[in-house]
Amino acid sequence: MQHWTILPILLPLFVASAMLLPPLSSRIQWLRIASISTLAILTIIASIQIFTVIDEGTQLYILGGWSPPFGIVLVADKMSSLLVLLTSFLALCCMIYACAGHDKGGEFFHPLFLFQIMGINGAFLTGDLFNLFVFFEVLLIASYALLIHSGGKNKTQAAVHYVVLNLLGSSLFLFGLGILYGTLGTLNIADMAVQVSQLPESETIIAKIGALLLLIVFGLKSAMLPLQFWLSRTYSSASAPVAALFAIMTKVGIYSIFRVFTVIFGDNAGELANFTADWLWPLALLTISIGSLGVLASPTLKVLTSNLVVISAGTLLVAAALHSELAIAGALYYIIHSTLVTAGLFLLADVIAKQRGQAEDRLVNSRALSQPRLIGFGFAILALTIIGMPPFSGFIGKVMVLNSAETMATRLWVWPVILFSSLIALIAFSRASSKLFWKAPNNKNAAVEKAHPYEITAIALLVFGAPLLVLFGGPMTEYVIQAAADLHNMEVSVYPLLPEESL
Amino acid sequence: MEGIYAFCVGMLTACGIFLTLRGRTFSVVLGLTMLSYSVNLFLFASGRLSIDSAVILGESEVYADPLPQALVLTAIVIGFAMTAFVVILAMRARADLGNDHVDGKDPNEIAASMALNKKGEMN
Repeated sequence: MQHWTILPILLPLFVASAMLLPPLSSRIQWLRIASISTLAILTIIASIQIFTVIDEGTQLYILGGWSPPFGIVLVADKMSSLLVLLTSFLALCCMIYACAGHDKGGEFFHPLFLFQIMGINGAFLTGDLFNLFVFFEVLLIASYALLIHSGGKNKTQAAVHYVVLNLLGSSLFLFGLGILYGTLGTLNIADMAVQVSQLPESETIIAKIGALLLLIVFGLKSAMLPLQFWLSRTYSSASAPVAALFAIMTKVGIYSIFRVFTVIFGDNAGELANFTADWLWPLALLTISIGSLGVLASPTLKVLTSNLVVISAGTLLVAAALHSELAIAGALYYIIHSTLVTAGLFLLADVIAKQRGQAEDRLVNSRALSQPRLIGFGFAILALTIIGMPPFSGFIGKVMVLNSAETMATRLWVWPVILFSSLIALIAFSRASSKLFWKAPNNKNAAVEKAHPYEITAIALLVFGAPLLVLFGGPMTEYVIQAAADLHNMEVSVYPLLPEESL
Repeated sequence: MEGIYAFCVGMLTACGIFLTLRGRTFSVVLGLTMLSYSVNLFLFASGRLSIDSAVILGESEVYADPLPQALVLTAIVIGFAMTAFVVILAMRARADLGNDHVDGKDPNEIAASMALNKKGEMN
């Protein structure tokens, strides 16, 4: 039981390494069975982990037995284990989809995919900032390779931008870490939270610079306003299962913002308490606005979905700027919902693109889909969910975020922007669906391949996530509120993670 | 010593940023490499600079902080792998796109083709 915390990192690592070796490496069927079963097992492990965390509280895994402020620790609290479950489930859906033939475009798709899962899970579970950097690099280098997987002009060009930007981001990350280590003398998140309140006044400004550098890096990962231009091109040129998996990547940045700027530079940080809120406010609101403009201007369904990712990142950044328990709770609910739904839309866009021949997923009149009812049904649910129509999960998520803006001044800023972005998404989706489904002439002459059963299964799993999130809305909201409360409470998120003598 | 060290790190960073902002992939790659050098030196200095101090207890009177050295080692390895990747990617982009501009288009060619279009419209 004790070692379960590290399994979401070790299992993909071992399976992916085994996939590079002879018995597995050349047999695509074996590879598929191996990766699907690994991801299914990961999903089960992550669910069990959640119940363990509910029963026994935060799980601390101390690697090599070196006691916390010095050694490497993994921390599975309510927030991180929830996100690990989300990652594993999303990866399972994407992998099922990829097994319909998308994994044959080039070599090493399966190991790369699992390495990426390892990186994402590691980033969620790690308890110190340098390991966060290391896992960021693991997930990034896997994502670079996955992005250009199966090749093509578009992909190469998108990858050049993406790789250069992220390498710059990594350098800034290290600068930030260096500054923070130089001032606080530690990189363990819990220990930093203790040290930052005792920082001498002369060093606060330096620590502030370090923290802002980290904010830039996390902003780059989570597509915050001036740093979001790479996103729509990267996501829309990646192959469908990869783009769907990338839906969780912006959330890694958001998660890091929550973790670092709530636990370390949160309410108890003395002079530096919540100093990032001033920066996050305008940037978050502007991110939503530019995402909405992007949604209106999108020529294809994939670009439209990428811009929805930007809007959801903006909404989550608003929650980070509000930095209250309720806001973070709403954001956690919204993360699950928006990840699953945008991933579903990326996969659906690919199916639609295949069935429409040359028009692909461009929003123009073209020939009819070969399975209009099935695809239209899925599309309708996903669209209504992401717009935020009741009774689906987007509605609850948005209400939770809106509701957490408690003062009149914040409401005046937050409500119009978020509600207006929903209206714009509604307009964009009405236009998109009328082009894709209704204005199609009913010519059945072209023999178009139908969607592969694997593809339908994967999308169905993601589509049914939306109503399930509502059906189990009660326990879910309780859980996320508890997770957010734990994150804000130093008694839970900091002190138990350190030995008593270091406090 | 601190002054020279800070000057070197600052100079490397400035050159790195300048080169990264250039339009061709080769200078961008050089810039990223310089940035990773400067970041390594910077990380090394975050444990404070000291002379004649070992990182092992009992070897010298004062001892240096070993953690930044471990961090630098990790950062060097990761930076090396990333540089290797970006070099290969830049070469692939050169082959796929036919030029070595970061945007995949030669600015002179864009201007020329736009002029051609205008001419075409006029005709």
